[in-house]
Amino acid sequence: MLCRTANELYWMARHIERAENTARLLDVTYRMALLPYETIEPGLAWAEPWAVPLITSGLASEFYDSFQQLSAENVLRFMILDAANTSSIYCCLRAARESARAVRGAITSEMYEDLNSAWLEMRAYDYNRIQASGVSEFLDWVKMRSHLFRGVTFGTMLRDEAYHFIRLGTHIERGDNTARILDVKYHTLLPSAADVGGAVDYYQWSALLRSVSGFESYRKIYSDVITPRRVAELLILREDMPRSLHSCMNFIHETLKVLCDDNSKEIERVAGELHAKLHYGQTDEIIKLGLHEYLMEFLDSISELGSEINTHFLVPSN
Amino acid sequence: MRASDGSIRDHYQAFADWLDRTPVEQIAQKRDEAERAFHRVGITFAVYGEDAGTERLIPFDIVPRIIHAAEWRLLEQGLKQRVKALNLFLNDIYHEQSILKAGVMPAERVLGNAQYRREMQGMDVPGGIYAHIAGVDVVRAAEGEYYVLEDNLRVPSGVSYMLENRKMMMRLFPELFGRQAVRPIEHYPDMLLENLRGVAPAGEDQPEVALLTPGAHNSAYFEHAFLAQQMGVELVEGQDLFVQNDAVYMRTTRGPQRVHVVYRRVDDDFLDPLAFRSDSMLGVPGLFAAYRAGKVTLANAIGTGVADDKSIYPFVPEMIRFYLTEEPILNNVPTYQLYKADDLKYCLDHLAELVVKEVHGAGGYGMLVGPAASSAERDAFRARIVAQPEKYIAQPTLALSTCPTFTASGLAPRHIDLRPYVLSGKTVNLVPGGLTRVALREGSLVVNSSQGGGTKDTWVMAR
Repeated sequence: MLCRTANELYWMARHIERAENTARLLDVTYRMALLPYETIEPGLAWAEPWAVPLITSGLASEFYDSFQQLSAENVLRFMILDAANTSSIYCCLRAARESARAVRGAITSEMYEDLNSAWLEMRAYDYNRIQASGVSEFLDWVKMRSHLFRGVTFGTMLRDEAYHFIRLGTHIERGDNTARILDVKYHTLLPSAADVGGAVDYYQWSALLRSVSGFESYRKIYSDVITPRRVAELLILREDMPRSLHSCMNFIHETLKVLCDDNSKEIERVAGELHAKLHYGQTDEIIKLGLHEYLMEFLDSISELGSEINTHFLVPSN
Repeated sequence: MRASDGSIRDHYQAFADWLDRTPVEQIAQKRDEAERAFHRVGITFAVYGEDAGTERLIPFDIVPRIIHAAEWRLLEQGLKQRVKALNLFLNDIYHEQSILKAGVMPAERVLGNAQYRREMQGMDVPGGIYAHIAGVDVVRAAEGEYYVLEDNLRVPSGVSYMLENRKMMMRLFPELFGRQAVRPIEHYPDMLLENLRGVAPAGEDQPEVALLTPGAHNSAYFEHAFLAQQMGVELVEGQDLFVQNDAVYMRTTRGPQRVHVVYRRVDDDFLDPLAFRSDSMLGVPGLFAAYRAGKVTLANAIGTGVADDKSIYPFVPEMIRFYLTEEPILNNVPTYQLYKADDLKYCLDHLAELVVKEVHGAGGYGMLVGPAASSAERDAFRARIVAQPEKYIAQPTLALSTCPTFTASGLAPRHIDLRPYVLSGKTVNLVPGGLTRVALREGSLVVNSSQGGGTKDTWVMAR
């Protein structure tokens, strides 16, 4: 398959997944911002929740280039509608559709029509319309479009190289994004360890779990109170949890085994190493190292894997 | 459809009967269905000069253009004869130039032509074939009397509409195909692939073919993607190819992969920034060197434009006599070459009866249709002709055949032409049919899609 085609397919999948995860990130922020902190536990100092999505996605300086004031409205405008922010939901859906158009022959017509209509609907949204129908309603729509696209892909596409590059893009992006969403909690953490287990702590963890569709699974598996240790286990180490880091690395590792040949053994090895760390990892180690530190390390590794994939498969030099 | 006495011509009879029996509402409903389907699939083209990114449908008319078997046999022979001669001509002028030495046509018309590529002089191409795909525009004036309007030998387009129109007709009116013996055309992509493989550099058993497109913003991008998909070959842009040791490679996820035949839909000027226009972002640096080294075949060859130029067109019948020692089967339209003083004078005196075209123009841009133009338009065009007469040719307007076509006020006759696609490689071949274009405006003779033309399915009958 042409490198350019593989590149477009990979980024088409990443952009759709990024749009979905940006929606999830905003969703958890929105829920956390709604907590009546002062009433529940008066006298404590809180981080400004709307700064968190900017920090975890590394977009704070871009944000302040175009906006003076940190506010819910400005962050939502920036992360959802801003045509200058290449990671905004608007830009992600546009980029996914442009990629699909460039390689129409490599995907099914249902896939193209799905992305095309998602983009046409996105274009009809502005801030007032999102406000009027409710921010959560809009974020749900984004998630739904992403589910729909994955379903169409799964249901219509030949299991060829093109399919594997799409799958690779989806899971690289998802692994990265789940780690970032988990890290949100670090930035809004209570000031002292003594407060762990308080009411705010509970609300924050449950908001986070809900944002990655993990709340019900948590209840099912643990049927117990929410503790950071178990959340970390669920979203990092459990391979039966579809958005966990372990599950993402399972997909990535499997897919790379299919795509790699003798010339690309190194990529397979890097992915295998990262996969083994999750496969054989223990919750205790994560807690000992510190959740934030662990996640930062994972983000570095997966971004390194991403650039290996890039230079080997997608934009090789001669 | 009708003979000059108004009676239905034999091979249209079955269709005319069907049309009589079928309720008007049902036909209107089928037309809507066709339009919706074309939109959904995205069979569109971009119109230059309108807002960037404007995509439009080419209007599709559901009344087919029908050609009976005997007439097609004649047409087929004539087309093969003509394209053979044109390929011999190209091979000759890029080698010995015997036609010039024999004085059949003036050397300066050929060698001084902007489309003549000096870089091609003395270079051999596989099989001596230059125009692998030719789209020859013909019109029918009277029974069995076909005229060639233009030989398109560079990057002729439109074949995807020929195929899609047939698919649409079979979907809308399956009962018509059950009743009549319409010859199939669906094997065109296979034939094209076979043809392209056949002209690969010598010694390649399993030649790899790729289709080179200028990209998604080109007006014919849909066709490029369509043909690549139908043939099962890679659709590449210039950036996907590179040249190493005079061999052409695609950048693939499994490493570099050799390409032996490039079906290019990029104009000569943009093919290789090292050999031609250095500002071209569409081409492949070093492609021409690889081509000269015989490591890759380009289809069509570079420099075919010198044979389909309007200033060369008047000599094609002479080429047929010179190379094949046969009489031309298809007619040329009488052509006034305005660089000649006599022709110029005649043209300026009879502007209201003539069609005047730019020698290097294409796509219906920059032409004057005398009978349809206002006197102000004619005067403006007259000034342009007088300023640079060598840039123009003039032809009489022909009594073109018409075909019934759905219009706002019901079925009405509209002028049509036909572009069959002639493939040359190891053999010369064509599928029975072509793209029928129709001038949708009443009385108009201009069928180009950029000028408001539409298309029809073309039926060649088996008997």
